Amino acid sequence: MTAPETISTSSPRRLTWARRRRSAAQFWQQYRRNRGGMFGLVVLLLFVATALLAPWIVGQDALSVTRPPGAPLQGPSQAFLLGTDRSGRSVLDLIIWGSRVSLTVGFWATFISITFGALLGIAAGHFHGWISTVIMRVTDWFLVMPSLVLGVALAAVLGRSLTTIIIAIGVTAWPTTARLVRAQTLAVEARPYIERAHALGGGHWHVMSRHVLPNVMPIVLAQTTLMVGTAILTESTFAFLGLGDPTTASWGGTIQAARDVGAVSARMWWYILPPGIAIVLVVLAFTLCGRAIEGVLNPKLRERRS
Amino acid sequence: MTDSTVLEVDDLSVTYRSGSGEVPAVRGVSFGIAAGEKLGLAGESGCGKSTMALAMLRLLPKSARMTGRILFDGDDVLDMTWGRLRAVRWAGASIVFQGAMHSLNAVQRIGTQIAEPMYLHEKVTESEAQRRVGELLEQVGLPTRRADAFPHELSGGQRQRVMIAMALACNPSLIIADEPTTALDVMIQAQILTLIESLVSEHGIALLMISHDLSVLADTCDRLAIMYAGRIVEEGPSQRVFTSPNHPYSAALSTAFPTIGDPASRRNPGGLAGDPPDPADLPTGCAFHPRCPSRLEHCSSVVPELWPAGDDTRAACVLTLSDQGRSLASTTKETV
Repeated sequence: MTAPETISTSSPRRLTWARRRRSAAQFWQQYRRNRGGMFGLVVLLLFVATALLAPWIVGQDALSVTRPPGAPLQGPSQAFLLGTDRSGRSVLDLIIWGSRVSLTVGFWATFISITFGALLGIAAGHFHGWISTVIMRVTDWFLVMPSLVLGVALAAVLGRSLTTIIIAIGVTAWPTTARLVRAQTLAVEARPYIERAHALGGGHWHVMSRHVLPNVMPIVLAQTTLMVGTAILTESTFAFLGLGDPTTASWGGTIQAARDVGAVSARMWWYILPPGIAIVLVVLAFTLCGRAIEGVLNPKLRERRS
Repeated sequence: MTDSTVLEVDDLSVTYRSGSGEVPAVRGVSFGIAAGEKLGLAGESGCGKSTMALAMLRLLPKSARMTGRILFDGDDVLDMTWGRLRAVRWAGASIVFQGAMHSLNAVQRIGTQIAEPMYLHEKVTESEAQRRVGELLEQVGLPTRRADAFPHELSGGQRQRVMIAMALACNPSLIIADEPTTALDVMIQAQILTLIESLVSEHGIALLMISHDLSVLADTCDRLAIMYAGRIVEEGPSQRVFTSPNHPYSAALSTAFPTIGDPASRRNPGGLAGDPPDPADLPTGCAFHPRCPSRLEHCSSVVPELWPAGDDTRAACVLTLSDQGRSLASTTKETV
């Protein structure tokens, strides 16, 4: 009657940490098997490293509009690998510097909207009656709120800054997530093991955290990867409307600038393509990572892949 | 009831409120189970069996209204505070659900799920929980290392064994088994039943087993209760109810299964025409009278009660009464 037992001589806290370390190691092992996930992670880390090291890679002078390093709208050359923009700055430098803004907005706006959306969605799906009604009516109200109008209003109150943009995107993007998560929560809550969890004597928190959350996680992750892309693109819209910090460069801002000078009809590919490709790469990297994490979390999916 | 009574249900009624009015699912059911006793509850689909099972732990949806008393170890489940109710759930009475397939969370290892009630109800360390999960798995005949498996890696029978292990996790005094062998093949069904029976008698746990399969219940349980349209129509020792039923409905149920090796039962299978009544629109008098093969004139007006039918058996049918009693019933117990 002796089951394999872990040595329980150390303190409970140390045991907990040992268990966490073990599950983290397990997670990493599973994750590493997914080649796409590894590729996404490497790309993402490269972008993050670039963003962090931008001040050292690109000198602050390189982004000066009044004293640009080169002539405007020149094609790629030895000095400027990706040509120059309309002010004569290097497009490559703009993209490197722009990754800071784009990644910051992408991370934070996504974090805010997914956290709010997932929490409220689960709560709305789990509780019935007036709690659910109130949450959903508030969600509907935010759902119809146009993010641009809110952005303009916020910029007027809070001033034009990156924070304003992040708040505007985060606040207007969560209702879709909340609706999705609520729908999935309702589906999960109808399954018999939720009834079992209630019969086990589990309270609301137990059911929501142990049974509902892990089962809505795939949809949350999928939504996260989509949201990062949307957030980066929305940031560019805000930048275009002049709601962003005009002194900083961003990928979206660069694309808007290229569009302004007619880069498409003038065939200035070096101006419009690189920032677009950067956005696509980041979104792709997030998607790949999200899928890999989903595969680790969902044992059925994992089996199918291996 | 005796001192060892674990569960006593007294005049329990469950009514669902629906858009078209009130639908009575259980109408005045009373029974008791002592420690170590096994009670089988049989009936057709829709007769209120599963509603009864869920009502025992107040697991019914909010649209259900319950009246009567459910005494669990002397405490009324219907009056309990939320905290006390949660403590009773699983630590006092646990449920083996029908369809183990879906009663397990697909994304958690079965060891984690068996340990779940332990973490909820007791302060256990991880190693302690692991050890007990190992023991439980051994008790239900699964290798200890299967604790690391996910539900989809197990067969149907193995999953039901996991559900049984989970039901035993907190040493409950009552186990409610709601169709524990549905969707299992006959061999596995027999194994699971033997397992439940031996574990229950080993630990002195009271068992309430619910099934539509009378032969399964007659085999496993000490006593049988037959339900029809939300009421118990016959109650008594298993073999007595199964082999010589008093109520025409019990008789129809027990002859519905062909006896293997008996050509007569194959050529002339028993059974019952018609469907169980719509709970929202019950017939007057005895709810069974429209389908009853031996109905009498006044069956449509007299509401039968559980009258003694000899040999520790009670049946809700005027046929069980003597002629004198019948006339008495027809005069005093008019339509409700």
